[in-house]
Order: sequence, then structure tokens, then C-alpha cells
Amino acid sequence: MASPAIELRGVTKRFATPKGGIYTALRDLNLEVAAGEFCAVVGPTGCGKSTTLALISGLEPASTGEVRVEGNPVKGIAGGVGYVFQSDAVFPWKTVLENVAAGPRYHGAPGRDARARAREWITRVGLAGFEDRYPHQLSGGMRKRVGLAQSLINGPRILLMDEPFSALDVQTRTLMENELLSLWSSTSASVVFVTHDLEEAIALADRVVVLTAGPGTVKGTYKVDLPRPRNVAEIRFQPRFTQLYEAIWGQLRDEVLVSYERQKHAAAV
Amino acid sequence: MSVRSTLPRSSVVGPNPNPPLQAAEANPIDAELTARRSRAARRRLVTIYGLRVLFAVIWLGGWELSSRMNWVDPFFVGQPTGVVARLWTWITEGTALGPLWYQAAVTMEEAVVGFIIGSILGVIFGIVLGRVELLAETLSPFIKAANAIPRVVLGSLFAIMFGLSLWGKAATAVVLVFFVVFFNAFQGVREVDRNLIANARILGADNRRLTLEIIIPSALSWILASLHISFGLAIVGAVVGELFGATAGLGQLIYNAGHTFDVNGVFAGMFLLAVLALIAEGLISALEKRLIKWRPHRVSGEIPI
Ligand SMILES: Nc1ncnc2c1ncn2[C@@H]1O[C@H](COP(=O)(O)OP(=O)(O)O)[C@@H](O)[C@H]1O
Ligand SMILES: [Mg+2]
Repeated sequence: MASPAIELRGVTKRFATPKGGIYTALRDLNLEVAAGEFCAVVGPTGCGKSTTLALISGLEPASTGEVRVEGNPVKGIAGGVGYVFQSDAVFPWKTVLENVAAGPRYHGAPGRDARARAREWITRVGLAGFEDRYPHQLSGGMRKRVGLAQSLINGPRILLMDEPFSALDVQTRTLMENELLSLWSSTSASVVFVTHDLEEAIALADRVVVLTAGPGTVKGTYKVDLPRPRNVAEIRFQPRFTQLYEAIWGQLRDEVLVSYERQKHAAAV
Repeated sequence: MSVRSTLPRSSVVGPNPNPPLQAAEANPIDAELTARRSRAARRRLVTIYGLRVLFAVIWLGGWELSSRMNWVDPFFVGQPTGVVARLWTWITEGTALGPLWYQAAVTMEEAVVGFIIGSILGVIFGIVLGRVELLAETLSPFIKAANAIPRVVLGSLFAIMFGLSLWGKAATAVVLVFFVVFFNAFQGVREVDRNLIANARILGADNRRLTLEIIIPSALSWILASLHISFGLAIVGAVVGELFGATAGLGQLIYNAGHTFDVNGVFAGMFLLAVLALIAEGLISALEKRLIKWRPHRVSGEIPI
């Protein structure tokens, strides 16, 4: 059998805190994502979701354990990985066109080719006509589209997405979720989609992984056997969706409560 | 075809000839709001400039009056009409050191050369030390010490090293400008959004690209802000440098006036220095506007200070 696209084995991640202590963000995490799979990771705030993506991308090294991408141990940032960040990460001093063309240029494409490909992607994410705008002249949803095009233009085999739509209003968000699914279906990328929104996770993913409250480890994994292609706006009304939601929420709720209690105590101290 | 080409430009590229009803209704309201907004802004601007003129009149008038009435001794504080008269003789008859434009040109040249060299060095050192942590930590006590000493005294050293040439004054300006620009560039590099760096690296940027396309543009707001302050410092450097030995320049002109108890001459020289500084400030602001056109515009009608 071919090796999985992403593989985390017994991964622990510790951070040095500013006060000189050590904080364990992830503990003994095991996660496997098959090639071409859309995997959603849910968990309460602060459980280590972003940290998991940082480990897979090579932005951060694991403290112990093994992280493999396409069978190779991760040592620093590798090609073939795309990352859509939680907060805006498009470059404010570059126009939409320059932002999207950045990836190909960094990989050595001549400027003219890079711009031509960027124009294609800008059209594909529905931003045609906005090529010369600066990010501050766009809405939050449009900036997310720029971020998406910026990542996808590099043709990543692994796409990491960190709560990409959490800052958007509900309508824009549903629209973007559908667009993401249609963009993804035309690639063969494996996706790890981090979110704290269970509905979003089920609507998009082939599999939902629930993490425990920090230090994060896998609490449960659920296969989402809803048919594709899906319409995110309508899939929520299917009985199977509700069933899955109830089953996973039962697990997630406990962790959210733990995390909430902790935050309350931390605030009270 | 021929009809089309003779149409006025605005009707060719103008808005949709049949705009939806809603837009047609909304536009006059928009225009009305915009007009009211800009009227209010203009009124505010007129008020501010009026108050500025009033302030100048009270200040200069009070000064003139108190020296005329001998409430203060004009020998020590001069008087505005005297300053204007001195400027006039300088312009029409030249100064003791030669033509006035030449004095201004000499000082400006010293300041500009010092400013450019100091800023370039400051930016380079700031970016390199901001990027190479080991270097920054090694050099930090030395930089702090160098920053703590009053660097204008180096002017005397430069006068020995470079004699009466331009370089003694320019070097004094360099040491003053360098530290301000350096600290800002360094801080600017340190403050770059980590997300942007992570994004650029994931997209495939190497170190050179990261520095040129992410670090420098991001630090540019800091660097440009420091240039506003440091041109003033470059003029200070040039003038102090002239104190330690010079044959021409506005600083030299001011010292000469001081030595001959010509208080109006001192003020006239200061006035000229202020004019030079304001011109430079205008040029730097224009440069800033060009270089960071990607930043959100300020609210229109804001008073430039
Ligand atoms: N660079 C870091 N240094 C110290 N602590 C960190 C760092 N990054 C994350 N953490 C901590 O690790 C925990 C998990 O963070 P994160 O992965 O961002 O959570 P999530 O994305 O699930 O909300 C948090 O408590 C956070 O404070
Ligand atoms: Mg996070």
C-alpha cells in the first residue's frame, strides 16, 4: 500500500513560555491523512490545531515523534505544501496580481509567465477585474480568495487550511466553502482543514478528527459518508448530516467544556 | 465609426448609459453627502489657516512692539523688521562671506550628503542586524554606548581629519542621522508580521526574496518615518560642523553674526535654515507618498502638520 500523504506518529510539541516554563501544546498525537483525502480537524480553542498544521508544514519542528509527508520525514519547509493562514497573510504592499504571482516567481518562473498564471487563478476565484487593487481595498472575503489563489497556484499536493473562513459572515462563508470544494475536486490534493465549527467540518470533509482540550491528542475519528459533489448550503438538512453531527458533538462537547472551564479559571486567578 | 470617434471622451468611457433605477436614485444622495463632507472639510481648513495667520501676527507683532517700546532690549532679542531688513541686504548685497545663495547651497550640500550616506548606512545596518540575531546581540552594548555619547563633539574630530572640506560637516551629519535611521530600520525588521514571513516561506521565498519583498517593504514605514526626523538632524550636523571650521555656509554666517552681536543676523540665518528644512520635509513626504501607496489613505481634509 502506498504511504499516506500525511502521517504523524506519537507527536508531542512543547513550547517554552515567556515566563520560562514549558507548555505542552500537543501530546502523543497520531494522525494519518490518505492521498486525496479531505480531513477536517476540530477541537476547542487552544487545543493545538494551528500547531498541528505548523508541524506538518515544517514551520515548527516536533519535540518528539515523527512527522512524515508523502513518506518523507519533515525537515523544514518542503515544496508541494500550501497553507492558508488563520489571519490575513496576503502581502499588503503587493497588488492582487503580484500577491498571486508570488509563488510561481519564487519558484523561478519568469515574471510574464507568473503573471499570466496568476490572472487565470484570479479569474478562477472570482476576482477578475481586481488585479490591480491592494489588499486594503478589498473585503475580508475577497482577501481570503486572494489567499486561496496564492496557495493553489503552486499546485500543492498537500493543502493546509487554518480556520480560513472563520472571520467571514455566514453567507460569504457558505459561498467560499462551496467554491473551495469545487476547486479541490479539480485537484488531487490532500487537505487538512482546521476549524472549530463542527458543521463546517462535516459539510466539507471525508473524515473529521476530534482533538481533546490542550494538550491536544486525537479523541476520535469519524468517517463522513455523505455523497459528493456536495452543496454546503443544503447538505445540513440531510438526516445523515444530523446523525453525524450529534455523534461527533457528543465527543466534542466534553472537550469544549473542559477548555471553557479552564479559561474561566485562568481568568479568575 | 466617425460619429463615435468624435464623441466626447467622458461619454465613451462613462458609466452604464442605462443604470438600474436604484443606482440612479442613490447617486444624487451620494453626491450630496460627498459635497457636504468636502464643504465641511474646506471650512475647517480655512479656520485652521486663519488661526495660524492670527498666531503669527500676535507673535511677530508682540515681538516687534515689545522691542519698539523698549520693554525688552532689541540689542539682545532683535526685532522682526530688523530681521527682514537683514535678509533683504543679504539677498540684494550679499553677505560678509559672499552671495547668500552660495551659503545656503554649501550648507544644503553638506546636509544632503550627510543625510544620504547616514540613511543608507542606517538602513543597511538596521536590516542586517535585524535579520542576524547573533550579530545584534554581540554588538548591542557597543551600539548603546555609541548612542549614549553626545555625538556632536565628534565634529571637532572630523574637522581635524577632513580639514575645512565638505566631508568634516557631512561626517558630523552622518553620525547624527545614522543612529536614528538605524534604530528605526532595526525595529521595523523586528516588527514584521510573523504570518507574512511564514506565508512567504511556504510560497517558496528564499532568504534574499524574503528580505527584498517582505522584510524591507514592511520596515519601510518605520524607515520613512525616521527620515522626517533625521533631515533636521543632518542640518544640525552640518551647522555644528561649520562651527569647528568653515569658510562658508549658513552656520558660519550665523556664527559671524553672533560674534559681531548682530542678533537680527542670527535670526535671519535661523529663518533660512528653517526654510531649507521645510523644503526637505516636503520632498521626503512626497517620497513617502510614492513609496507606500499601498497603505490606506488618510481621511481627506486632514490638516498636514
Ligand atoms: N510559539 C508559541 N510559543 C508558546 N506557546 C505557543 C506557541 N504557539 C502556540 N502556543 C500555545 O499552544 C497552544 C495551542 O495553540 P494553537 O495550536 O494555536 O491552538 P488552536 O489553533 O487550536 O487554537 C495554545 O495554548 C498556545 O498558547
Ligand atoms: Mg489556531
